[in-house]
Amino acid sequence: MSETRRAFASVRATARLIAVKDLRIERRGRVLTNQVLPFALIVMVMFAFALDSDAVLERVAPGLVWLATLFSTLFVIARSFAVESADGALDQLRTTGAPSAGIFLGKALALMIQLLALVAVLVLAAVVLYRADISWQGGVLLVTTAVAATCGLAAVGTLYGGLSAGAKGRETLLPLLVLPVVAPVLIGATRATESAFGTNGIAVGEGWPWLVLLVVFAVLFSVTGAIAFGSLLDE
Amino acid sequence: MTATRDRNVTGTPFTRGLGVVTLLGIALLVILGLFVSPADVTQGESVRIMYAHVPGAWLAYLAFIVTGISSAAYLWKRTRSLTWDRIAGASAEVGVLFMGISLVTGSLWGRITWGTFWTWDARLTTTAFLFVTYVGYLAVRGLGGSHHQRARRSAVLALLAVLEIPLVHFSVQLWNTLHQEASVAGRGTDVTMDGLMLFSLFLGVIVFTLMYVWLVLHRQRALALQDMVDDTGLDAALAARRAEAVA
Amino acid sequence: MAHDLPVELNDAVAVLGAFPVLAGANLTVQRGEIVLLRGPNGAGKTTLLRLCAGLIELERGHGHVLGLDLSTQRWAVRHRVGLLGHANGLYADLTVTENVAFWGRTVGASDAEIAAAVKRMGLDGRLADVQVSRLSAGQRRRTALASLVARRAELWLLDEPHAGLDATGRDELDDVLRLAARAGATIMVASHELERAGTLATRQVEVVAGQVRELGATS
Repeated sequence: MSETRRAFASVRATARLIAVKDLRIERRGRVLTNQVLPFALIVMVMFAFALDSDAVLERVAPGLVWLATLFSTLFVIARSFAVESADGALDQLRTTGAPSAGIFLGKALALMIQLLALVAVLVLAAVVLYRADISWQGGVLLVTTAVAATCGLAAVGTLYGGLSAGAKGRETLLPLLVLPVVAPVLIGATRATESAFGTNGIAVGEGWPWLVLLVVFAVLFSVTGAIAFGSLLDE
Repeated sequence: MTATRDRNVTGTPFTRGLGVVTLLGIALLVILGLFVSPADVTQGESVRIMYAHVPGAWLAYLAFIVTGISSAAYLWKRTRSLTWDRIAGASAEVGVLFMGISLVTGSLWGRITWGTFWTWDARLTTTAFLFVTYVGYLAVRGLGGSHHQRARRSAVLALLAVLEIPLVHFSVQLWNTLHQEASVAGRGTDVTMDGLMLFSLFLGVIVFTLMYVWLVLHRQRALALQDMVDDTGLDAALAARRAEAVA
Repeated sequence: MAHDLPVELNDAVAVLGAFPVLAGANLTVQRGEIVLLRGPNGAGKTTLLRLCAGLIELERGHGHVLGLDLSTQRWAVRHRVGLLGHANGLYADLTVTENVAFWGRTVGASDAEIAAAVKRMGLDGRLADVQVSRLSAGQRRRTALASLVARRAELWLLDEPHAGLDATGRDELDDVLRLAARAGATIMVASHELERAGTLATRQVEVVAGQVRELGATS
């Protein structure tokens, strides 16, 4: 096996190890299902109180889904790194010599899977609460959008979560760093979801260009994150 | 870094000269902008805001470009030096200040000319995001740790910002063109400029650039002194700790 | 080559904030030694261990760990050392075996190695599948040590490893450490348990105000 291939294999093995570990912790701890999800749902209900009109709600449903996702993402990121810094596991991870790209990809993957579950529930909530309507074709677009968008969110979240892990004032620093960066995800995912829901009579076909934006974002930050994570972690 | 004669001040003959030229330039700009240059045919007196707004925005963008380049220079092994890190930090501080000023002056001008403080134009929105991003950058710089830790962390962040900005700009632009009528910015900027007005604007850009260089030089040296205080503090603390061992 | 030593520090200075916790420490450790670090709280024992683990920067002076330069190869140092500090580095929601397996697999340890590590710390049987959050402090410490075994660390840096262990646990720990040293691992132990650690260690040094004093070999 060549040097490069061995390095890739090591990154892949680390990523898998970390992702499985994170998901197992979530399965045991149930922070996503018992705390973040209820939070996201209550936010969706609060939107309804604030906007107070069925017509408006139906129109802005896609945006609300992604806004609620974005806020919840901050909690999932915080939890993902609280697990590492609670008992000094982050120090241990640093000393294992596991490739930092693998740690990054593993944590991002676990984050992405959790966010996907979250988005699925929120879309369901939009159908129930805001009367969103999804066609079969719209469903395909929606699933692809969700995958690309959560991938981008997870990459950015892991990157900045790792940066602020253990730092003073991380609770407030994380949103300050993450939110401006993920603006393109909010814009792209919302427009694509509008097409999928057929909001304002927008055709499903109009959603695909937005998907391109989401994919570019996801790829760019996944690659950059895998490269840059080491220098943020190495302290 | 230019050698400072006296270790405890940030000024040198060069920066003092630069400071004098900058202050004279500002005085000249005030006179030209507020009194000598004419009011605009369509915008009226409000055009005078432009003499501060445009150079301010230019300066902020220049500052962030310098931050990006210095950060890359720090991360590149052959040019790694804390001086680059301090230039990046100093430049970002000045950039945030002037971006704030240009956002405020811009929205005031917008209110007078367009009747609205804000418009969701791509350039404007990106500028706002840039502002928040660099506020975050400065927050990360203040996290503590050793000098090189601070430098590495913030340099990575600055380069991520370079990646983020075109994406934000592009997506906002896409969002605008597809879902809103053409932005007002396109209509507002198409003004024919009188020679003196153009000269004032040009002078503004030059003067603000000089001011930028002046501020960054001082701030960079102040940061170096601050790092030095940490280091000399370390010498004293080291001596004290060693004495403790003997006792 | 002189730099082949497990630990070689020359006038090492390490800071926390602006405070020089290590103020010019000199220390050389030979392969297979068990070195006891004595000294009062705040003397710099923990920082010394963290420095050797490549977790903090060398502010001044020179330092080599396992032949690697602490100033330039800090990252490489980390792969080969195992640090057990005040924190155990365990995931509370995972079981004992899951924790040990996780840390072992980061260096590619096999299932057999992981099972052996769990057994060596007396964690097999009933405890193996208990979540770490339900363990006593001593059991957690043993899980952390088992993780270290599974990670095949060459240089063990232990910060108060006896803390929280009962008498049997301490004996077991000492056995593990002696065995590891005989197998070629080098061990540095910071401890207040002077009597116990004294019989374990092959050499003692005292850390005082950020500097290291030789106390000589123990029988």
